[in-house]
Amino acid sequence: MLVKTIFSGFGGQGVLMMGVSLANSGMNEGYHVTYLPAYGAEMRGGTANCTIAIGDEEIASPVASEPNYLVVMNSPSLFTFQNKVTSGGTIFLNSSIINDRPNRRDVKVVCIPCADIAQELGNIKVANIIMMGAYIKISGVVSPDIYLKSLESIMGSKKKSLAEINRKAFAAGFDYVKD
Amino acid sequence: MNKVLMSGNNIIGEAAIRAGCRFYAGYPITPQNELTEYMAEHMRNVEGGIFIQSESEIAAINMIAGASAAGLRVMTSSSSPGISLKQEGISSMAACELPGIIVNIMRGGPGLGNIRPSQGDYFQATRGGGHGDYRTIVLAPASCQELGDLTMSAFDLADKYRNPVMILADGMMGQMMEPVIFKKPKPRVYSKKFMLQGAGTGKSKFIRGLLLDPIDSEEHNWKLARKYEVVSKNEPRHEEYKIDDAQMVIVAYGTAARIAKGAIKRLRNNGLNVGLFRPITLWPFPELQLRALAAKVKKYLVFEMSTGQMLDDVRLALQGYADIEFHGRPGGAVPTPAELANVIARVYDKND
Amino acid sequence: MVKTVYQRPKSLKENIFHYCPGCGHSIVHRIIAEVIDELDIRGITIGVPPAGCAVLAYNYFDVDMIEAPHGRGPAMASAIKRSLPDRVVFSYQGDGDLAAIGIAESFHSANRGENITIIFINNAVYGMTGGQMAPTTMLEQKTTTSPLGRNKTLDGYPVKVSEIFSQLKGVTYVERCMVNSPANVNKTKKAIKKAFQCQIDGQGFSLIEILSPCPTNWKMTSINSCKWIDEVMSKEFPPDVFKDNITAAKKTAEDA
Repeated sequence: MLVKTIFSGFGGQGVLMMGVSLANSGMNEGYHVTYLPAYGAEMRGGTANCTIAIGDEEIASPVASEPNYLVVMNSPSLFTFQNKVTSGGTIFLNSSIINDRPNRRDVKVVCIPCADIAQELGNIKVANIIMMGAYIKISGVVSPDIYLKSLESIMGSKKKSLAEINRKAFAAGFDYVKD
Repeated sequence: MNKVLMSGNNIIGEAAIRAGCRFYAGYPITPQNELTEYMAEHMRNVEGGIFIQSESEIAAINMIAGASAAGLRVMTSSSSPGISLKQEGISSMAACELPGIIVNIMRGGPGLGNIRPSQGDYFQATRGGGHGDYRTIVLAPASCQELGDLTMSAFDLADKYRNPVMILADGMMGQMMEPVIFKKPKPRVYSKKFMLQGAGTGKSKFIRGLLLDPIDSEEHNWKLARKYEVVSKNEPRHEEYKIDDAQMVIVAYGTAARIAKGAIKRLRNNGLNVGLFRPITLWPFPELQLRALAAKVKKYLVFEMSTGQMLDDVRLALQGYADIEFHGRPGGAVPTPAELANVIARVYDKND
Repeated sequence: MVKTVYQRPKSLKENIFHYCPGCGHSIVHRIIAEVIDELDIRGITIGVPPAGCAVLAYNYFDVDMIEAPHGRGPAMASAIKRSLPDRVVFSYQGDGDLAAIGIAESFHSANRGENITIIFINNAVYGMTGGQMAPTTMLEQKTTTSPLGRNKTLDGYPVKVSEIFSQLKGVTYVERCMVNSPANVNKTKKAIKKAFQCQIDGQGFSLIEILSPCPTNWKMTSINSCKWIDEVMSKEFPPDVFKDNITAAKKTAEDA
């Protein structure tokens, strides 16, 4: 098993956080993991992306030339990365702010109105965690329990209320998508 | 110690501090900034920890030389263009037999090049880099775990041989996060007699590389050469992967070796018996170990993210006993394991 | 009963100076050694000699010393001082070492307010390499690389190190002295002692610039060299205390 995922969006949407939390939960599941952020001049201009590989064997390259999953939080990311996704792969998109849809027929598309759900929950900042709920349900790459525990351990003991809203957000995303 | 997920740059910093590094000087350059930032944040939290953001790479290397002479475990880091600037000080440290760690998170070159991962500094690292007859020990990690382990080893080797040690990694290794377990560092073994801390009531001493008398200077050079001979004999390290039934062996280090492993897995699924020889020390190069392999395997492919630098060492090691092919991706390009597998498959068939 | 009024300082080795007759280095070495004796700091002093005529200073000073590559003395001295804060660390530099190739290291160690002392020998030429133009070479002064005299259009102007460094907030004490007469030698010694004391008291960065004769490369007699410092060099580089914040620094330390 080797699963590669690209997370991408605007800076400030918590895109790198999505990657770090997934990589941590992969590690806590006992898998080999790599996390590779975009760095340097690539990061200027307000976009962010990172690539996570999770496998049961040593991971050769942390780069994903053909990711199984692509998570896009804004439109520019969709156009940048949609053609990379492997045939039969899945694209998760934040339909609250992305009006466009992928023009490929050989990939599955999962639309989550993350920002809208986040508004309903009263905290726009958790849109990324809502997306993670949906991503983990569909991909099944790590268990929801491990993910939430890993997320809490990364966030540290900053705020109890933060853990609570994150759990709610994760559940909302998880429940939004059908099996 | 638990497994933690950390970026390569941060792992080097943490391993260094755990190994007792108490002086770090550095200057910003991508893709190694996170290491400088890590040291700025964490050096002040350990007793006696000193961090200086230097005015240049040149100042940084001379600062660590000073602190090393004063008796501390020291480190500086940079990326390719900055390492060029440090060469004056590295030569000086080798001449004065001062231990210290220099981290090179390589990027594309020559000149300013770019900030993508590359392996174009192999010659600079393994041939001394600066002026004069000297060598630096060069360690080439290929995973985040190895970044941690080899950073700790680097301090031990530097002290043992009173010589600068370079950790040669690339932008990918620096930026990538992987799980790591920090091992327990060995206690430091380094005699006070090599430290310059003031004469007290005793005889004063001086540390210098200037030897105006050519015969004195010649003897100093031979003394260093004898030391390098001992290092060459005792310290070569390498990893062999799926060598036993190999018809062909890839020679690669660092990130290139990871990609090669991925390629080899694919090729073996298709029935091609390919193995990997991965030098972990680039200087001393595991020359005899590779030569011994030539008794068994007659086909080699050197893969580097450069136009072919380690290739020279492979040729010297194999001495014509085997056929050597080369595949290179310089300038910051990183091929996928699948691409490399295609290249290897072509060469494999050709040789059959 | 014979009273000793003059003897070799304890902090000076028995070796004979290699410096040319009339050179200022020998004088400055001696007075630094006297200061080290008088302050009783031989055992805790670490010196960093430069690349230049004084490159062999460790053959003369009987204190721990470590050579620095050309111009890098202050970087090394900064690190040594930070590593061993209770030692007295000085860097000894010429005009090329400090004001040309090592201007960045010198400037930034001053700006960081490192608690070190720089002894800066200004003799307006590169001495060891044979009398080339230095950053402090006077306008119209002939050197082997300014055979028609230093030309302001082509070569720029003499660099006034003391004036520039005294502007930096990190700097505590800067004085320019001369060693061309017994009275000036005494003044210089006092300045050096004050600078070392400033460091011992933890008051921060000090720099003593010394106008120093180089008869060989100036192609003058020793006496004329001393006169030239008075009549020409000191007009461009006036001796003065450019900064003395020692009292203020002490007060701040006490208040803190």
